[in-house]
Amino acid sequence: MTTSFTHPALIMIVGALILPFVRGPLRKPYLFLVPLLAMGAVISNSALSGEFGLYRFMDWQLIFGRVDRLSTVFALIMGLMAIIGTLYGLHVDNAKEHMAAWFYVAGSLGTIYCGDYLSLFFFWEMMAFASTFLIWFRRGERSLAAGYRYLIIHTIGGIILLAGIMLRYQAVGDIAFNLLDVAHPELYTWLIMIGFGLNAAIVPLHSWLPDAYSEGSFNGSVFMCAFTTKTAVYTLARGFAGFDILVLLGVVMALYGVIYAVMENDIRKLLAWSIVSQVGYMVAGVGIGTELAINGTAAHAVAHILYKGLLFMGTGSVLYMTGKTKFTELGGLYRKMPATMVLTIVGCLSISAAPFFAAYVSKPMIISAAFETHLNWAAWILMFAATGTFMYNGLKLPYFLFFGPNNCSDETWNKAADPTWNMQMAMTAGAALCILVGSAPTLLYSLLPYPVPYHPYGGYHLAETLQILGFGALAFFMLKRYLEPEDVICLDMDWLYRKAGRAFVWIARNPIQWFDTAWGEAYRVVGMGPLMVISRFWSWFDWHGIDGVVDGIARCVRAMGGRVRTLQSDQIQYTIYFSATFAAILLIAYALFQLS
Amino acid sequence: MKNLIDSLRDRLNAVTLTCYIALGLILAFSLYVDTSHAHTWVEKNIPFFWSFFAYGAAATIIGFARWFGHSGIMARPDYYDASPRCRCQSTGDQKPDGQA
Repeated sequence: MTTSFTHPALIMIVGALILPFVRGPLRKPYLFLVPLLAMGAVISNSALSGEFGLYRFMDWQLIFGRVDRLSTVFALIMGLMAIIGTLYGLHVDNAKEHMAAWFYVAGSLGTIYCGDYLSLFFFWEMMAFASTFLIWFRRGERSLAAGYRYLIIHTIGGIILLAGIMLRYQAVGDIAFNLLDVAHPELYTWLIMIGFGLNAAIVPLHSWLPDAYSEGSFNGSVFMCAFTTKTAVYTLARGFAGFDILVLLGVVMALYGVIYAVMENDIRKLLAWSIVSQVGYMVAGVGIGTELAINGTAAHAVAHILYKGLLFMGTGSVLYMTGKTKFTELGGLYRKMPATMVLTIVGCLSISAAPFFAAYVSKPMIISAAFETHLNWAAWILMFAATGTFMYNGLKLPYFLFFGPNNCSDETWNKAADPTWNMQMAMTAGAALCILVGSAPTLLYSLLPYPVPYHPYGGYHLAETLQILGFGALAFFMLKRYLEPEDVICLDMDWLYRKAGRAFVWIARNPIQWFDTAWGEAYRVVGMGPLMVISRFWSWFDWHGIDGVVDGIARCVRAMGGRVRTLQSDQIQYTIYFSATFAAILLIAYALFQLS
Repeated sequence: MKNLIDSLRDRLNAVTLTCYIALGLILAFSLYVDTSHAHTWVEKNIPFFWSFFAYGAAATIIGFARWFGHSGIMARPDYYDASPRCRCQSTGDQKPDGQA
């Protein structure tokens, strides 16, 4: 490997493998040190440009370190999130949870830096398998089932991606991962896009996301909300910029996520639906494909990781302290969790694109790009969805969680309190970064793939945003009785495969089991009798026929042996006599035979 | 923080009035700003366009979500746990992870 490039994924993997052996007081410093070193490697790599870590494997050129502005901006935010996420779960004793999280981060960083499909697939699957453990580590029956569903769906997605990669290799003859010819899509183009799109939670391949992220461990979901979908957004930006269909799919995601988030009763599932919606903006940005749109996609990915990580940390704190995640079992928590409330509200304002908060400087770039490319329908729908985002995430979440009716049981209320110091510190870091990005956007813009001629703090944009926030809030407070959370779940596309799975189990347990039982009974009645008769015959034949012949020969040989034994008297003269006689008989017989 | 919020809740009418004044100021500000950066005709020519848009969008989303949810999308929490084998899941929550 070229000396100037240090792969941060390697640091995370080696760090994860050593982690179980680091115990006692060294554990926490070590937990903080490894992501910090990985971030250091990312920062060091950001000064480079080109391809590093080249390996020849069979006939293929593997590229582990493609460094350019697109990979750098995504790697930087992933490295930062690895630090914040690890800090948030610093008090978790189980080394395996940290190992899973670090392998997950390594998979994401490996995918971002790779320049060929083979290493991409390797890191892609590393992400899928490692993140499954972040769901299972919550250790409940629902989490176990959700983890299996997550793994199955991602395995299917991986197979589709691999099929696309193989078809492309057959057609093109190389495995370089670059911009595909989206103007003339082949079957492999679609398959690779579906493989990436599944991880980006493109509707209708999205159901794994709210299912899994709401069932992850309190800190596992903090990692999950950042890495899988945004890594997929990176791969789409790298391979599918300007692919028209993504505009439509992104707009559908933005709307679909809003509707389901508005209906949702579970605070973390609401945020998961919000990811579907927000990633929709990024997917639409990739589909638009202009420099402004790709810049907007990258900027919104950075902002989204910051505020969504913060929101998952806030709701994770509620889960960690109270054990509850439903609006119908929470409420009025500002009295018990004031620090969590303030920091979560920073996340809410950030996702709502309020001035001076993160998304204010990123989301409008994508919408402006849509207007500038005359995709007005897409821009209007994205604006419509942005109003919805403010309503469910900027208003519904904080209102019904911290201020609204108190639905807490005595036990829940007594347990509610601000969480541990490290969790608060991680949330504070996330909130500070949200404000920093929103208030000083040039910092973010300097990292984007292309030059940024965009100025978010113009008077018109400010007036537009304030009107949307102000009158969206007015509508919320006038109509909030229709938004009262209900203790229900909302059926989604996963209904199809969950019901199909259940139908499969029912078919296996009922008609197939019945047929198997009937077949067994019929075999016993109809087949077993004749079979026993035939078996008895062959047993008799074996005993009396085969064994008779074999035993008869044996008895004959034994009898002849007895006769021969009587001829052996241990006296040499008798032996010579019998031998000579036998030889003479044979000689005479031979002579007579020849004479005749 | 708790005391501040409690005092604001005690003065809900004053808070509401302040919010309405803020909305008025936002409307006034929207008339004042240069609309030459607007992308479409409606933004340039309809006063308070984004206010109408936001209120209409929010009301539409709330109405649609409510209708959609109650048209069969919302189901009881143990909907997927209803099989005899999984009935254990339908009662109570999972343990909060990482907690003593």
